[in-house]
Amino acid sequence: MKNIINIQAIYVLWLREMKRYLRAKSRIVGSLGMPFFFLLFLGTGFKNFRPGTVPPDVDYLNFVAPGILAIVLQMGSMMTGIAILWDRQFGFLKEIMVAPVSRISIVLGRTAGGMTTALFQGFLFIGVAFFVGLRIESITGVIVALCFMVLIACSFVNLGLAISSLMRDMQGFSLVMNFIMVPIFLLSGALFPVEQFPVWVRVLSYIDPLFYGVDGLRYGLIGVSKFPLWLDFSMLLLFCAFMVGLGAYLFSKVDVD
Amino acid sequence: MHAIETRGLTKKFDALTAVKQVDLQVAQGEIFGLLGPNGAGKTTFIKMLSTLSEPTEGDARVWGHDIRREKDAVRHDIGMVFQDPAVDDRLTGRENLDFHARMYGMKKTDRISRIGEVLDLVGLTDKAGELLRNYSGGMKRRLEIARGLMHFPRVLFLDEPTLGLDPQTRYHIWEYIKGLNAQEQVTIVLTTHYMEEADELCSRIGIIDYGSILVIDTPEALKNTLGNDLLTVKAADLDALQQAFGNESWVLEVNRFDSSLVLSVQQGEEKVPLAVNTAQKHGVTLTSVSVRKPTLDDVFLHYTGKSIREEDVSEKDQIRGRMRMHGSGRR
Repeated sequence: MKNIINIQAIYVLWLREMKRYLRAKSRIVGSLGMPFFFLLFLGTGFKNFRPGTVPPDVDYLNFVAPGILAIVLQMGSMMTGIAILWDRQFGFLKEIMVAPVSRISIVLGRTAGGMTTALFQGFLFIGVAFFVGLRIESITGVIVALCFMVLIACSFVNLGLAISSLMRDMQGFSLVMNFIMVPIFLLSGALFPVEQFPVWVRVLSYIDPLFYGVDGLRYGLIGVSKFPLWLDFSMLLLFCAFMVGLGAYLFSKVDVD
Repeated sequence: MHAIETRGLTKKFDALTAVKQVDLQVAQGEIFGLLGPNGAGKTTFIKMLSTLSEPTEGDARVWGHDIRREKDAVRHDIGMVFQDPAVDDRLTGRENLDFHARMYGMKKTDRISRIGEVLDLVGLTDKAGELLRNYSGGMKRRLEIARGLMHFPRVLFLDEPTLGLDPQTRYHIWEYIKGLNAQEQVTIVLTTHYMEEADELCSRIGIIDYGSILVIDTPEALKNTLGNDLLTVKAADLDALQQAFGNESWVLEVNRFDSSLVLSVQQGEEKVPLAVNTAQKHGVTLTSVSVRKPTLDDVFLHYTGKSIREEDVSEKDQIRGRMRMHGSGRR
């Protein structure tokens, strides 16, 4: 067991991620730009828009903030995939792979690092949203939201890991971003309730794992959700477990060359 | 026990056999050099020994550990310096070393003292706190060599350690390599396509071409096998000259180059007048004659039938062609 789960290696992989992240100040600020402007302009622009089932005392800014938080987590987590492709391009992946460390430990270290940066960005966003006008309902709600944040980050870090394991360079990654990530976030109901969609699109929404993430975050932060909490939680947990398995499997097959 | 021992080690990529039936023994404490043109299979060979690539056939032991069944043990006992840089340039020199040390499970006190030692060994103590993006190419290379030594490996692999470096930096790296072989008693296996590098550093050299090792010996013994002096003659009509010398009994071997012929002879100085006479007899005027001792380049020519320098370009193109055919970037 000690050989498979190497705590020191996991720790140093995480530590490296932290150092790189904290040194890239422009990345931290840059990653907040898009969600901040989304929140500010959508929130004020649609101020009097009361989407579907949402109670009248919840304004659009409060409706959309949990959705944008989910996008921040999703995009932030996918950066792990890009980081691996960078490592491959600059040869550092070989330095990691030639060390006497199991692939599982490498996956765990990567996941820990990617989740931490994504969650950090999530918290920064909550801070900004709070400043712009997000009302937080209760402490238990925040704890619920935190659980969903962790699950979303874990799922998408491993999705990034899985995709980057199948790729040799950066070229294909923008394709993935645009054709996988954008539909996932538009179908998730982050920006508007999915009741607005025709039935066949709504079906796609219900198989979109991020839909349950957004719904759970809404429950936590503004106390409103479409589905019961247990359903959101189990669906997301299922997806997360599947992604962890897939990410670890595909990464273990990676050819170093 | 040998530091490295391979039996019939072979690696195939689809139709291309990159390494063919290599039998090799490297003694402890040696600096062993694999000399061959680009695409000869040197990197593939090292990748197999370092467990990064699975052999198609054959066996190998590194410091007594089987490279197929005892991967982690092999990884513990080897240090790697890859052909292309493999550093994190957003970390400082010290942080790169610390990352490595922790990946290899070193304890804190060992880490700190060892980082100091290896930095000192490659002369980078002053630069340890700088981000690697500010390092020059030569400094990065030295740091990679230091990193390869961090965890007290038994065998250090250096894949083209001075590729792309200027002559002065190359000379310094040679000094560091010799120094660490002496001070750390680490066995070194390096690949190179620079004759001078193999000649200067290695206690033994294996000449590799098209995936096969053609000969293994000390640089001196390799040069002595030719046993002869070399006469380089130039003239306008090389065809006639080649034929003329081919029929002379004192000429042991004739090799044709673009603008000259190289003749293997005994007692070279005495053969200069003979060469002039022979040329005159066939109505050819020599423009120059020179005598020299064989170099590793001549040894390489002798065993492979081509010069490594002219081979360099054509071999690269050939490999590129082969790579395109197989649609992958492996070497």
